[in-house]
Amino acid sequence: MAPAAPAVRLRETVVLADRFPLLSGMTLEVSEGEIVHLGGPNGAGKTSLLRLCAGLLAPSSGEAEVLGLDLTRTDERRRLRREIGLLGHSSFLYGDLSPRENLTFALKAAGLDTGEARARTEAALDRMGITGRLATTPVVKLSAGQRRRTAIGVLVGRQPRLWLLDEPHAGLDQASRDLLDALVRATREAGSTVVFSSHEVGRAQAIADRVIELVGGQEVRRASPPAGNGTGGSGTGARRDAMTMGSARVP
Amino acid sequence: MFRDAALVCGKDLRIEVRSRVTLNQVVPFAAVVVILFGLALGPDRKVLAPAAAGLFWVAVLLSAVLAVQRSFAVESADDAREGLRLSGLDPAGIFLGKVAAVLAELLVLEAVLTFAVALLYGAHLQQAGLLGASAILATIGLAAIGILYGAVSSGLRVRETLLPLLFLPIAAPVLLAATKSWDISLSGGDGGAGTWLTVLGVFAILYVAIGTLAFGPLLEDR
Amino acid sequence: MTAFAGTGSSGAVGATDPAQVGASPATAPVLPTGPVPGAGTLLPVSRSHVRAAPALRVTGALAVLGVAATVWLGLFVTPDAVNFGNLVRLLYVHPPMAWVAFLAYGVAGLSSLLYLWPRTRDRRVDRLAGASAEAGVVFTGLTLVTGSIWGRPTWGVWWAWDPLLTTTALLFVLYLGYLALRRVPGDPETVAKRAAASLVAFLDVPIVYFSVTWWRSLHQPPTIDLAGRHLYVHGSMAWTLLLGFVSFTLVYVWLVGHRYRLARLRDEESSHGLELALAERRQEGAT
Repeated sequence: MAPAAPAVRLRETVVLADRFPLLSGMTLEVSEGEIVHLGGPNGAGKTSLLRLCAGLLAPSSGEAEVLGLDLTRTDERRRLRREIGLLGHSSFLYGDLSPRENLTFALKAAGLDTGEARARTEAALDRMGITGRLATTPVVKLSAGQRRRTAIGVLVGRQPRLWLLDEPHAGLDQASRDLLDALVRATREAGSTVVFSSHEVGRAQAIADRVIELVGGQEVRRASPPAGNGTGGSGTGARRDAMTMGSARVP
Repeated sequence: MFRDAALVCGKDLRIEVRSRVTLNQVVPFAAVVVILFGLALGPDRKVLAPAAAGLFWVAVLLSAVLAVQRSFAVESADDAREGLRLSGLDPAGIFLGKVAAVLAELLVLEAVLTFAVALLYGAHLQQAGLLGASAILATIGLAAIGILYGAVSSGLRVRETLLPLLFLPIAAPVLLAATKSWDISLSGGDGGAGTWLTVLGVFAILYVAIGTLAFGPLLEDR
Repeated sequence: MTAFAGTGSSGAVGATDPAQVGASPATAPVLPTGPVPGAGTLLPVSRSHVRAAPALRVTGALAVLGVAATVWLGLFVTPDAVNFGNLVRLLYVHPPMAWVAFLAYGVAGLSSLLYLWPRTRDRRVDRLAGASAEAGVVFTGLTLVTGSIWGRPTWGVWWAWDPLLTTTALLFVLYLGYLALRRVPGDPETVAKRAAASLVAFLDVPIVYFSVTWWRSLHQPPTIDLAGRHLYVHGSMAWTLLLGFVSFTLVYVWLVGHRYRLARLRDEESSHGLELALAERRQEGAT
């Protein structure tokens, strides 16, 4: 694979929320077209990293660039949000509207004209198996899994350059998980980058090119000497990818 | 900007048509306020009729708080600002769209409430043109500050209590001018209405302009 | 200090969060001079860094002296007024308080505008806005109370819906909302931006003033005009009033200085806490 410009490039990035360090000096790089799995225990900073890459959080110090946009700048964060697709813990769907209306609104909001938005909505709903009566039922009346599928449908319709999936497997049945994994692979085929967190280790290993383990708001440094004083935190030399799933790649 | 405004306004009104929260809860709430004023002031129409304009607008102000809260509640249960930021919509467009939707809802509420006031307080509805013009100008101002401060307080854990504290004092000039304007028209006089319409107009233009400019920075965290 | 406490400005100190006012004398003796390496969660700063600057202390002393002198002149030296009797003595405190209330609102508004403007965005400007609003709410409250005491014998009512009174009352509730918003926890930048943006509410003040002027005017000249008339008539009263203006302005500067200092220390303390929090967060990874 030719060396592409990195989709995500963080250097000593610190993100604070009400003075709590969500990310405590993260340094990592994700190449364009890569599928990266974020591992690590609860509270490790996986969600914060995804939200940072989505342009929802601003770095307090350090450098952060996503899709070539500088996250320290407000206007570039705003532009970034149009380029990425985030599947977060909350679905950002309107409960009183149907999946079809939700998708059409989201696609129009992303800048598509009405005709294009309608066509893509139908294709995405079809892909996600939200058809017939389901497509016109208010989202509140759907099951959690169906809602999740609708939320994924928004990403399918928008076709962003960078997919950020926070626990995408949670709450889905086996068939939907298979569908999601297939979507992620297809996404890479189309040239997009995917960063996702999941506790479904087996599935994650099967689709990811690479795993990044997080703990304490930074990447795990297994090779690093015991960080006794815990200050500095600048030892980027010890950065190591915990696993490389080259065999799972589609050539 | 205006395309996004139309999109947001259409979406908000569509949600209202589906859920009927404003129609089934906020309008009845306004009616309850009007009835409570009647109970508090007694049955004497000589007391109620002159106070009708003021009581009407107080009821509208209180209902506007609920309408604004609803406008942000539909966005997302957790954090309305986050969903709006992710949507990729132009912030100024979001502001104008939400103002337009709340404006439409409040105008319907005011129409219903006007008849309630006429019926219960014995107010004489005359000079419909002046009534309507001042109501529209006043409601634009109310919707603009409502959405502006709705965005300031949304996402905070204290939003339910903070919004009225911020919103109601700022709405004071609207209450004052709209009440005077309605007083003039309900009592059949015609002197000085222009002044009050000017106050309402200035207020509406001022806060719509501020909201359009300030909404983007307010949606961002820093 | 004791003379000062008698003028009602002791309420000012009490109203500005006693826990924080009391914090500086309590922590000062604990800290030795010079930086303290690894002193737990204590802020490693020198005593002189924590204590108020000499200029601020001189201002405080002058403010206390000035208010004491105003009280003495107002109560014992100046004569009764023909139409107002002893009531006129309120004149030496009420208009100065009102002036400070509106001055504080002007300073808070201006510094918020500076904060909103990206080029002049600075933590210091935000601290000044907060400190000024805190002092302002106290003086607005005092203005309302002294005005009410003035109004009862003069107009026969505790409260009149006159333009100045109504505008001042509105200013008071706007201040309360602003301060309530400032106290909602969050990132310092977020809080500052929210607060600064919400200060556009203060554009209301002139609108309300003119509206109420058209709406109704119980007595034609606004209260503050009384000052002008008496200034013209009596020499010693004029000097006392002038002293009142100067000393209450000094009290305002003094209060703002202290609130600003505390806000600065709190900022420093939290950025110090931040380093600890970062180290702690990284430790999670080391184990």
